Amino acid sequence: MKATDIRDPSYFHKVVDCQWACPAHTPVPDYIRLIAEERYTEAYMVNWESNVFPGILGRTCDRPCEPACRRVRTEEKPVAICRLKRVAADHKGDITPYMPALPTRKNGKRIALLGAGPASLAVARDLLPLGYEVDLFDRDPAGGGMMRSQIPAFRLPADVLEEEVDLILNMGVNAHFNYEITSMKDMLDMNYDAYFVGTGAPRGRDLDLPGRQEVDAHISIGIDWLGSVAFGHTHSISGKVIVMGGGNTAMDCCRTSKRLGAESVTVVVRSAFEVMKASDWEKEEALDERIPIVNNRPPKEFVHENGKLKGVVFGCVKAVQDEASGRLRYEPTGEPDVYMECDHILMAIGQENHCPWIERDIGLEFDKWDCPILDETTFQSTHPKVFFGGDSAFGPENIIWASAHAHQAAISIHLFCQGKDLKGDRPPEGLNLISQKMGVHEWSYDAEHDPAQRFIVPHADKSKALGNIKVEVELGFDRALGAREAQRCLNCDVQTVFVEPLCIECDACVDICPMDCITFASNGNEDDLRARLTAPAENAEQDLYVSEELPTGRVMVKDEDVCLHCGLCAERCPTNAWDMQKSAIHIPQLGTYAA
Amino acid sequence: MTFVAKPRVHHPQLPLNDLGLNRRDYEGAVSTLCAGCGHDSVSAAIVQACAELSLPPHRFAKVSGIGCSSKTPSYFLNASHGFNAVHGRMPSVATGANLANRELHCIGVSGDGDSASIGIGQFAHIVRRRINMLYIVDNNGTYGLTKGQFSATNDKGSTSKKGAPNLYEPIDLVSMALQIGASFVARSFSGDKQQLVPLLKGALLHRGFAFIDVISPCVAFNNHNGSTKSYDYVRGRGASVVTADFLPKDFIATAAETVVDYAPGTTETVALPDGSRLRLSKLDESYDPHDRAHALAHVLEAQQRGEVVTGLLYVDPDASDCHEILDTVETPLNALGEAELCPGQGALDRINAGLR
Repeated sequence: MKATDIRDPSYFHKVVDCQWACPAHTPVPDYIRLIAEERYTEAYMVNWESNVFPGILGRTCDRPCEPACRRVRTEEKPVAICRLKRVAADHKGDITPYMPALPTRKNGKRIALLGAGPASLAVARDLLPLGYEVDLFDRDPAGGGMMRSQIPAFRLPADVLEEEVDLILNMGVNAHFNYEITSMKDMLDMNYDAYFVGTGAPRGRDLDLPGRQEVDAHISIGIDWLGSVAFGHTHSISGKVIVMGGGNTAMDCCRTSKRLGAESVTVVVRSAFEVMKASDWEKEEALDERIPIVNNRPPKEFVHENGKLKGVVFGCVKAVQDEASGRLRYEPTGEPDVYMECDHILMAIGQENHCPWIERDIGLEFDKWDCPILDETTFQSTHPKVFFGGDSAFGPENIIWASAHAHQAAISIHLFCQGKDLKGDRPPEGLNLISQKMGVHEWSYDAEHDPAQRFIVPHADKSKALGNIKVEVELGFDRALGAREAQRCLNCDVQTVFVEPLCIECDACVDICPMDCITFASNGNEDDLRARLTAPAENAEQDLYVSEELPTGRVMVKDEDVCLHCGLCAERCPTNAWDMQKSAIHIPQLGTYAA
Repeated sequence: MTFVAKPRVHHPQLPLNDLGLNRRDYEGAVSTLCAGCGHDSVSAAIVQACAELSLPPHRFAKVSGIGCSSKTPSYFLNASHGFNAVHGRMPSVATGANLANRELHCIGVSGDGDSASIGIGQFAHIVRRRINMLYIVDNNGTYGLTKGQFSATNDKGSTSKKGAPNLYEPIDLVSMALQIGASFVARSFSGDKQQLVPLLKGALLHRGFAFIDVISPCVAFNNHNGSTKSYDYVRGRGASVVTADFLPKDFIATAAETVVDYAPGTTETVALPDGSRLRLSKLDESYDPHDRAHALAHVLEAQQRGEVVTGLLYVDPDASDCHEILDTVETPLNALGEAELCPGQGALDRINAGLR
């Protein structure tokens, strides 16, 4: 294998699995260390800079970082990254001194943001410090978009949402709420310098089955229903409720129904439990609230009598793994159909981005799935002035993706307004490596491995929580628990950096490594090398760190897979050929890289 | 001295041996020796050898004297018995331990100071008594603990870190062991576990006195250009004469191994008491690892050429050990009852009568 080029920012970035997996590339170990030091405000700001909504995401994020956490591979359960983010938000002090300075003179460019959800808000935050004038339009009476309308208050309390939304609105956004956008042409006529469309995926899918029209009054689309609960139009639901669908919206619908007075709530899913779209912890919460989830039951017919919904007929299927493709498909089991009584149905079977208000003759093209055609790097549409982000760009995703899109779109908008090339002038990623060595046996990070199991987040008393939709279920870690959970982080951003000319090949690092990560061996191709290491490197998703040839003709090969970043290799190296260096990956963002 | 504790967590695929233990179960405390010390590699090789042989870690007696080398029994086989003796007196303690309980595997770790200077008398006599044990000398040619004076195994002309030459002839413990009757004699290098681990396995299972001289560089005081015991020197001048591969009891040659093209007359297998074997591969057809005089001559000649001969230099699988020589009782002394240990006046009278 060729020697690894550690100057390529993506090499060490990949080693920080959580940061690599995060769409916004939030420097997770960085803020976890700050939490361990009880520097909550700074921990919050590290997050705010990167993902814009730490308090909200600390409660609602889909957590792509956690399955990626190295701790899953070295032990079992990942660090509770998401809930630590909340610790920072819950315990932070005054953040006003850390807010970006806002120029008193505007730069003369006007930007229109359509939709007041996370994507638009994040774009506003990136653009305002550079002097842009930002106008925000939304049909709802308040900002936050789906964060306000679709996430129930027992998961995301209103004050947490409002704090982070207002933080941005108060940076000088000209907000136009209750503003129904009906025509993109009209918007373009207002002659802004650029437009950002962040209107989300607001159309919930429906099911056209026999009886659908007749029982219309008893069926609600999940996200619309959650929205009307959020804005206080709906206060109760009665009788037996069936929630159809297996995603997080379905989980929010069933748990909300339970709190609003439903006699019974059942979730019915057409697919198997394991492949449901809902996050594992959302499923667990629903089950914990004793809401049954019935799987492998595709609906067939709505049964009604005199215009009143009586129940639903479901077929019975089982999941079969297709041998050729390995994918699951569903076959009828042959059992008789199942009839389930109900008075109300909440339909939560998916949603779409949908822009009927964008005319199709204004140079903004859509693909065959009715999604806007976008450049994946710049988020620019085929109309040069119009940029997209969030769910309206590539379909429904989590809030963290909206932040990630927004940073890129903001860079594009800025380059566009400056007349620069959106790709050629894009700032590159960067990497800083800083040695953590403080003394002969002293490191400036806590190298010691903590074998503690993942700590469980305390919950509110169930009788209280189920009686009031505004009672937050999860109480979050307190300072002490947060500090202990923070200690479980392996500090994967403190990299093992190897300097060939210093190595005397004494094997000290090989002998001390608790995880058998290091091998000195003759070089070979990757498959061959992977099989010949001290411990075979079977996880091909994790890179091998290969050195230049050493004096004995061998190379140093380190399997990054299960390295604990404990620093023992550096500690036992007599010549400092190994050093522990903290990698800071610079992900370009407007403001830090303003051109 | 390392202050970061070695985490107990290990590689998720770390294999288990026949006893259901993994290699980490054979470790000891984290070393307090200088970072990069060859002795730590020797300890790691012992850990690997014992784990791969599936030897029960609590059935070992570890003995040592004084010096950097003699600290190392703390760094392997945490679950075993140990005795850290006074300087140069490890052989006495090892002799006693082995005579008292012949069922324990006995590992003695000593250094060039402990065995070739203050303890040379003890060393000579434990060799000739053929105590059934593995005797390792971590040989770095210097007194590391007292900041780098030449030891008795330091080669003449080799220099100190500051450049002063050594004026005296070296003592070669391998030659001594060959001459006085060790039945398993090898030399190896701490930086070559591929060679060292099979030698350790063979030596651990060998019945009789097994001696391994391990060149184990001192990174602090004797790993410089004027040294003949540095990593670079041994890598450059080391010459293996007979390499040993350890073949376990249930070893069946794989297809890949049977096609290895050994020149005729250059390989042979030596049986070990538990049914496993050592496969010896000679790099020089004329070398005979069963001819004591020939081995001794080869070692001396190589030494004159400035070469470091490594590998399994001599082995006699049929030699008698101390228990055979002394006709000791099969049962360990601690397992004998009072009746056997104190047979009474009648037995004493019979012995006395036999001496009249």
